[in-house]
This record gives sequence, C-alpha cells and structure tokens, in this order.
Amino acid sequence: MDQDKVKQRQDNRNETLRQGAAAAWPVCLGYLPLGLAMGVLAQQAGIPAWLTGLMSISLFAGSAQFIGVAMIDAGASMAAIVTTTFMVNLRHALMGSALAVHLRGVNRWFLTLFAYGITDETFAVNMARFRVGNWDRWRALVVNHLSNSAWVLSTVAGALAGQFIPRGAFGIDYALTAMFICLLVFQLHNRLLVLTGLLSAGLAVGWYLLIPGNSYIVGASVCGATLGFFIKRAKRRR
Amino acid sequence: MSYPEYILLFAAMGLVTYIPRWLPLVYLAHKRMPPWLVDWLSLIPVAILSSLLAPSLLVDGHSLSFTKTDLWVAVPTLVFALRTKSLGGTLLVGMLLFWLVGIVRA
Repeated sequence: MDQDKVKQRQDNRNETLRQGAAAAWPVCLGYLPLGLAMGVLAQQAGIPAWLTGLMSISLFAGSAQFIGVAMIDAGASMAAIVTTTFMVNLRHALMGSALAVHLRGVNRWFLTLFAYGITDETFAVNMARFRVGNWDRWRALVVNHLSNSAWVLSTVAGALAGQFIPRGAFGIDYALTAMFICLLVFQLHNRLLVLTGLLSAGLAVGWYLLIPGNSYIVGASVCGATLGFFIKRAKRRR
Repeated sequence: MSYPEYILLFAAMGLVTYIPRWLPLVYLAHKRMPPWLVDWLSLIPVAILSSLLAPSLLVDGHSLSFTKTDLWVAVPTLVFALRTKSLGGTLLVGMLLFWLVGIVRA
C-alpha cells in the first residue's frame, strides 16, 4: 500500500517535471542566442566569465543585463546603473500582480521562490497555460527555473566561447522578436484583447519616439490596459 | 572595476530587480482583489507584450519606419504563430526567415 502511494507520488512528480519542461523548452531555446550574445558583450566589456554567471544568477533579466553591461563598458556610475536596472525591470511588478490572480493564498515561501523566475517569457507562457487550465503552480515553477538555468548557462557559454560565433548567424538577432510574436498570439482570445494590444502597440511606438529611454514599456502597458478596461466597461453599460 | 565592486553592483542590481517581482505577487496573492482589478490585470499580458514588441518592429533609430526587415519577417512569423500556436516552431521559423532575408538583402 505504502509503496503504491510512494510510486504514485513519484509518477506525479515526473509528470509535473515533464509538462513543465515541455512548456519551457522553447523559452530555453530562445534564451540560448540571447544569452550567448549577452555573454559576448560582457566579455568584451572586460567582465570575467564567472562574474557574468553571477550577474545572470542574481538578476535573471535579459534587457537589464544588456543595458547594465553597456553602462559598465561606458564607465557609468553604480547609482546610475542600479537606478536604470530598477526602471527597466519595473514592468515585472505588473506581471507579478497578474500572476497573483492564479496563485491566490499560496504560501509566501513558494511565492518567494517563484517570484525570482518571473520574466517576460516565463510570465507569458505560464499565463497562457493558467488560462487554459490543467496548469498548476508546480509546473509553473518548473518553467521558471528551467528557463533560469538555460539563461545562466548560455550567458556563461557566451562569455567563454561566444567570440567564435559569427555576428548575426542563423538569425539569432530575431529570436526575441519571434518569441514575443508567438507569446502575443497566445493572448489574443477575443476582440477586446486584440484592441488592447493594438492600442498598447500604438502608444508604445508614440511614447518611445517622444520620450527616449525605457519608460515606454510600463507607461504604454498601463495606459493601453486602462483604455481597454474602460472600453469594456462602456460596452457593458450599453 | 574591482571584483568586490562588481559583486556589490550585481547584488544591488539583483535586489532592485527582485523586489518588483516579489512584492506585488506576495501582497496581492493574500488579499481579496476587487473584480475591477482582476479585470484590469487580465489585460496586462497583452498590453506588455505589444508594448515590448511594437517599437522593435516600427522604430528605426529615432523615427517611424515601415521598411525594417524585422517588420516584414514579422508578417509570415505571425501567420505561422496563428496557425500552429507553437512557440518553438515560431521561434525557429522567425529566425530562419530573418537569416535568409538578411542574406538576400546583403
């Protein structure tokens, strides 16, 4: 009897890992070229490979690490680098809020472990799965941490051997864009969501052209979602 | 920069990255959220992804552009994503097309 139970628990665990990995592999694949590119830049900026690994472990943030390395290379002050990192990553606060809807009442230790792995990509993959159902927090956690491992390993690989990969080979510059396109498709379930996406896209382009920097990400997302929200309300009232 | 300085910098960058990820999640997961907030949050994923994507397709340097390779490759990539809903497939098709167009254009 006990042995059956143990076996079943093991089966469940294997199933969780398997499904998590099945959802995570495209994200890991996308992180590979980005991580390699990031590692090469870090190496060119004079950062040793082990410190690049440390940076990836402590941040796990693509764009912020690219910007951070560029600022280190340009000799920017620590305060400026940390402030910029904060601004660039503020969008994760919105993602954490949206994920909280699916993680109601989950204990704080789990959430503390989970929060570490929230990125644009893991967020979008997990939200799409939670929405369809048949997804739980453990599978989501597997996605977060497998993606993180892929990121850390590919940045270190880039730092060690990246200079041997020719620039622009195999379309690696397009990996992130292609990933975002498909993640966006996962979200387009009804007309309101399509409209919200179009509004946010327009706002982001306008904002980016008018105000240089990274404020457009949070700014256009909040404005776009708010516009969509009021359009939905106005429709419901009629 | 010396090693201790690097470590201090990365620790600080990690901290300011982790707090926005952690605080709203832990706070909101243990609070009753009003329905309007849940409604608004349901629009956040599509809004963020569009905001991240659009400027990379439509802005070249500091001006609006409709001729970037990124934009033109995005069209078949989008069609493929809509048809297959496959993240890995879309990634590979997008990269392949971008690579080929780059070779043809050069």
